[in-house]
Amino acid sequence: MKVSMRVNGAEKSGDIEPRVLLVDFIRTNLGLTGTHVGCDTSSCGACTVLVNGDPVKSCTLLAVQVDGSEVKTIEGIAQGAALAPIQVGFHEEHGLQCGFCTPGMMLIGEELISRIPNPTDEQIRWAISGNICRCTGYMNIVKAVQHAAKLTATAKEPAGKEAAMAGGGE
Amino acid sequence: MSSTLHMHGGIGESIKRKEDARFLRGQGHFLDDFVLPRMAHMAILRSPHAHARIKSIDTAAASAKPGVIAVVTGELMAQHKLAWMPTLSGDTQAVLATDKVRFQGQEVAAVIAETKYQAEDARDLIEVDYEILQAITSPDQAKESGSALIRDDKEGQKDNHIYHWESGDKAGTQAAFAKAHKVVRLNTFYPRCHPAPLETCGCIADVDGVTGKATIYMTSQAPHAIRTVFALVAGIPEHQIRIISPDIGGGFGNKVPVYPGYVVATAASLLLGRPVKWVEDRTENLISTGFARDYHMTGDLALDKDGKMLALRVHLDSDNGAFFADAQPSKFKAGLFHIVTGSYDIPTAHVTADGYYTNKAPGGVAYRCSFRVTEASYLIERLVSNAAMEIGMDQAEIRTKNFIQPEQFPYTSATGWIYDSGDYPKAMDVALKQLGYEDLKKDVEARRKKGEVTGIGIASFTEVVGAGPGADYDILGLRMFDSAELRVHPTGKAILKLGVKSQGQGHETTFAQIVAEELGIPAQDVLVMEGDTDNTPYGLGTYASRSTPVAGAATALVSRKLREKARKLAAHLLEAAEEDLEWERGKFFVKGSPEKFKTIQEAAFAAYTNLPEGMEPGLEGVHYYDPPNMTYPFGTYAVVVDVDKGTGQVKVKRMVAVDDCGVRINPMIVEGQIQGGLTEGYGIAFMELITFDAEGNCIGSNLMDYLIPGSMETPKFEIGQTVTPSPHHPLGAKGVGESATVGSPAAYVNAVIDALSPYGITNIDMPVTSDKVWAALRSKGVTE
Repeated sequence: MKVSMRVNGAEKSGDIEPRVLLVDFIRTNLGLTGTHVGCDTSSCGACTVLVNGDPVKSCTLLAVQVDGSEVKTIEGIAQGAALAPIQVGFHEEHGLQCGFCTPGMMLIGEELISRIPNPTDEQIRWAISGNICRCTGYMNIVKAVQHAAKLTATAKEPAGKEAAMAGGGE
Repeated sequence: MSSTLHMHGGIGESIKRKEDARFLRGQGHFLDDFVLPRMAHMAILRSPHAHARIKSIDTAAASAKPGVIAVVTGELMAQHKLAWMPTLSGDTQAVLATDKVRFQGQEVAAVIAETKYQAEDARDLIEVDYEILQAITSPDQAKESGSALIRDDKEGQKDNHIYHWESGDKAGTQAAFAKAHKVVRLNTFYPRCHPAPLETCGCIADVDGVTGKATIYMTSQAPHAIRTVFALVAGIPEHQIRIISPDIGGGFGNKVPVYPGYVVATAASLLLGRPVKWVEDRTENLISTGFARDYHMTGDLALDKDGKMLALRVHLDSDNGAFFADAQPSKFKAGLFHIVTGSYDIPTAHVTADGYYTNKAPGGVAYRCSFRVTEASYLIERLVSNAAMEIGMDQAEIRTKNFIQPEQFPYTSATGWIYDSGDYPKAMDVALKQLGYEDLKKDVEARRKKGEVTGIGIASFTEVVGAGPGADYDILGLRMFDSAELRVHPTGKAILKLGVKSQGQGHETTFAQIVAEELGIPAQDVLVMEGDTDNTPYGLGTYASRSTPVAGAATALVSRKLREKARKLAAHLLEAAEEDLEWERGKFFVKGSPEKFKTIQEAAFAAYTNLPEGMEPGLEGVHYYDPPNMTYPFGTYAVVVDVDKGTGQVKVKRMVAVDDCGVRINPMIVEGQIQGGLTEGYGIAFMELITFDAEGNCIGSNLMDYLIPGSMETPKFEIGQTVTPSPHHPLGAKGVGESATVGSPAAYVNAVIDALSPYGITNIDMPVTSDKVWAALRSKGVTE
């Protein structure tokens, strides 16, 4: 059946079986492979995307359920060549190792900062509690989100150069 | 642009990671992200029974489904002599079952179809008629006379015993025990757990129909060794096999072995002339791929009247599952478990081990651990704390009293290990100061008087990592060296190629830093390549904390080789004698005239443009490093817990971790590794469990049953360090990736047992769950 949605700001559509999972539609039909599959049971959060601004686990949702919605994946968070504050935070605070959980963690972090501009340790830990990381042990992920929150606050002021300058390796 | 981009990136600098750039953008290249033209998809049918004879397999309905290209059974594999394969421990393992299934989740058949959904649909239509047999789920059951013979496929195999292995001095240990003032015993079971990397295992096999070249993309921690195993198993000439390990979403030992799915996908690609992708789901990962631990251990520690350790005697029964497929050096049947004397100067020891087949998944990989050192460390550290309790000595004091002293290094242990370096009292001292141990003990006493259940746990682990010296360490005969190839281009930029393979450890940064230090080229100008066997030098791979000890040393030595050539080039450019030049990171200058210098980049350019008479052009080299010894990282971990009497719930209040891994190349990355390891250690101590019911059904087959610590459970860690360089490693570095998983479980459990000790509770096996703690308290009448 026909399905269409706005993904990272662009209209996307497909003709799919009703049983196709959202994560498979994103990865296979749209070729956006930054959204990962870790468990199939919505336990790990590697497949997290934002649907109409809310974090959802795309391995447990049918693509047809989000017909007509606004979907944001990891590929949609950088602002052109410059990295988004959440990406800078993860880089600067060593909030990633293997990188497999990272897209989900960053989408959760960005959504959290949009609601709570200056989140506490506990608020961040609660926000990412549905996402598993096997490598980092969470402390640096918490710091990464806080780093991003500070950058976001600064960026709203005129002199927000740090966000453009920092982060992103080579 | 990174905030540390301006830095040189030598040893000791916490530069930000080069590899982050792609992962931050969702542009990593993980296995399942690859799509090849004409690629088909494979799904595997697995046994629902732990032990059953296969009477028949009917594939007709599956074959008739739309989109199905082929259905593969053991019978078909047998026609190509591929129904069985060798394991890394010299046993055999069924690729697709032909006679019996021997564990729940064993591979029985495979469907290859146009899409993943079609392959899975058809798989569910394969009908298998089983005759169910008795399931054996423990070594004790495996030993019983008259119990079912699991490996009736093996000629001469009359029972379920696999191996007997010993180390140490039996007579000397017996004599020491006869004279002991006190003997303390601990019976403990280190249960089966699973590395469960967030990315599961998989492969894409692509056999070229014209050239016969087999390119296999694979989630492998050891691509070169896998290539050789494939050459031996499938008889494909080794130059016709190319293993590509792309970005790997965590490994922790799970991605070392060869799994049946790899072999079936490769055979299918060969027969069909199309690429075949197989990616396991989480349940397949947890029930069929390399598990860890499953050691039943008994330790006896002999003490004199002052609490000095006289002797250690250990026996263990190992539950190896249906095939002996442990990924470990072939000489050591129980892994490196005989490091079990740990950090203590114990004059004599005797260790015995017996391995058994059971109807459980094979594997025996070291989950973030150097070949069973975790089990050894856990046993000795739990035993020492229990000994302290029994003789009424402080648990820090008994350790300090028995530590191998700094001046005793290099130290030869009772089971023959030669420890390279250590300062155990110092690490203990730093940890206790950070903890505020003396005040904390008073606080614990005071709170216990008020009826609170609270305790402190200490563990002072010693690890043995960096396998290893070729004379003693091999896998299937392959000596465990590693390698580095370094090419410096005319403009002074370099490519470093390694035989190891990162799974998140940050090799692209750390190894560039070694070149930055030793050859003076900034880390940003060094590209690190790994994981493609056609384009990197041979090496045994990344596991058992061996990358820095072995490949790191190879990188340092190849850099020094090139530096010596660069010295000749600089001398030529400066018209000076080689011996008159001094090296300062990045340049050679004439002694006494620092203004007369040539940079490494200028020397590199000369290697291609302006050579001394008779010199071979170019600036590149390769080094294969066979380490002279293992490295022995160590540390002291201390944990404070509160226990809720009513519910048995344990709350980790503090976790202080002082690690000594010698010289730290990138301290940020090292600390990241330690934090990750402490988290996995917490999971093992309190949450993670693969267990089985009486029929051999696996409990813990998904992430709702196999519990991995999340952000709410995981404690906050207080990290400290000491630095005792390795005397034999060119950089003084030791491995570190696994220290925290090795050392921390005993510290967590010791804290719980210390809290429960006033009630006479001396042991609870991991995972220490609320129900077990509550039951223990209830058995002593502490709670209702």
